[in-house]
Amino acid sequence: MSEHHHDHDRGHRHGIDGSGHPHNTPLTDIQLRVRALESLLTEKGLVDPAALDELVDTYETQVGPRNGAQVVAKAWTDPAFRQRLLDDATGTLAELGFIGRQGEDMMVLEDTESVHNMVVCTLCSCYPWPVLGLPPVWYKSAPYRSRAVIDPRGVLRDFGVALPEDVEVRVWDSTAELRYLVLPRRPEGTEGMSEEELAALVTRDAMIGTAMVCKPEAAR
Amino acid sequence: MNGAHDLGGMHGFGPVVAEPNEPVFHTEWERRVFGLTLAMGAWGRWNLDMSRSAREQMPPAQYLATSYYEHWLFGLERLLVETGFLQPEELERARRGESTSSSGPAEVCEGALRPESVPGMLRNPRGARLDDPVPPKFGIGQPVLARNIHPTGHTRVPRYVRGRRGVVAIDHGVFIFPDSHAAGQGTKPQHVYSVRFVAQELWGPGGSARDNVYVDLWDDYLETPA
Repeated sequence: MSEHHHDHDRGHRHGIDGSGHPHNTPLTDIQLRVRALESLLTEKGLVDPAALDELVDTYETQVGPRNGAQVVAKAWTDPAFRQRLLDDATGTLAELGFIGRQGEDMMVLEDTESVHNMVVCTLCSCYPWPVLGLPPVWYKSAPYRSRAVIDPRGVLRDFGVALPEDVEVRVWDSTAELRYLVLPRRPEGTEGMSEEELAALVTRDAMIGTAMVCKPEAAR
Repeated sequence: MNGAHDLGGMHGFGPVVAEPNEPVFHTEWERRVFGLTLAMGAWGRWNLDMSRSAREQMPPAQYLATSYYEHWLFGLERLLVETGFLQPEELERARRGESTSSSGPAEVCEGALRPESVPGMLRNPRGARLDDPVPPKFGIGQPVLARNIHPTGHTRVPRYVRGRRGVVAIDHGVFIFPDSHAAGQGTKPQHVYSVRFVAQELWGPGGSARDNVYVDLWDDYLETPA
């Protein structure tokens, strides 16, 4: 879970009034506005600040792209699992406990030699939370949401991916309640690796479709 | 509505820039907006389509100049007033950053989300799939035309596919229809399909001859091409 081991002001997150802002930094307008809104809703008894802490903690420390990486590695090493995943992603992911909010109806898209899949949500920022956690800023940004559908190869170049001309790009715009996870290609030279070692190679971006999974030597 | 949120195909926003080792949240207020949105949503006074619709009400220039969680905050504030949780004057004071009273936290109401209920709430699927035995209007492999419609309310048919021809690739089954659901006018159950659009159908001769865009579209957004 290396992507979750940042210092997020641990111990300072119990309600906005006790937040961990350094005292010498004035609060910005939006900080004040959000703090006032939380105070108001708390005074009315409509929210329990401890529940907010729990919600935030879930996506900061428990649910993230390591879940998806585990799924990908398992699909690479277990052909029967891979087939079930492609046939019934929602049910197969549920076996691993990856269910719930923003992953109620899942599809897994398999990359091949001739097809590269890429996922976007042009209208908001729909994203498969149970397997990837919350989306990164670039996924939610206007540059990605505008260009992924009209210039996917240009977007891939922004990520340093040069896709051969003869590979078909399939862009999936998540306009409905289906959530998409890309099953990237397993890199060559990983034949002897365990599921755990393979999972460590799989990046979040590869499961969105803006990166390839690199060979172990290139990943170092 | 033809809002600033409907970004597909626009030019001029520049390259996609990824932040290395990006944290899940960048500031404390982002954490609280995320938590407040889910916690207040747990009251069940509005649905996901209403949430999206509320965020889309942000004026276009403001939408493009603000961040994702600012959109969430805008939508939440709007829903809190629309559903009567807050009076407009109370929200205005909060928006100015003013605390309301010195009474301090009250007893948490029955029905408010508690920390021990969070894991169950997040895992409990509240999807948009429905059991209604509605027959599909279109079959897999069938050519379809995305209707040239411009609803002024919430809709999930992006502008860049309207009036374009595609082919039904996958039938996902029956789902809630967002246009009616966002307006509080029922679920209007109908099929959702992944419709494949050839890039050149969407973008003209400048588009790739090989690439395809798949868009999830409801029966009501589609018709049979002439």
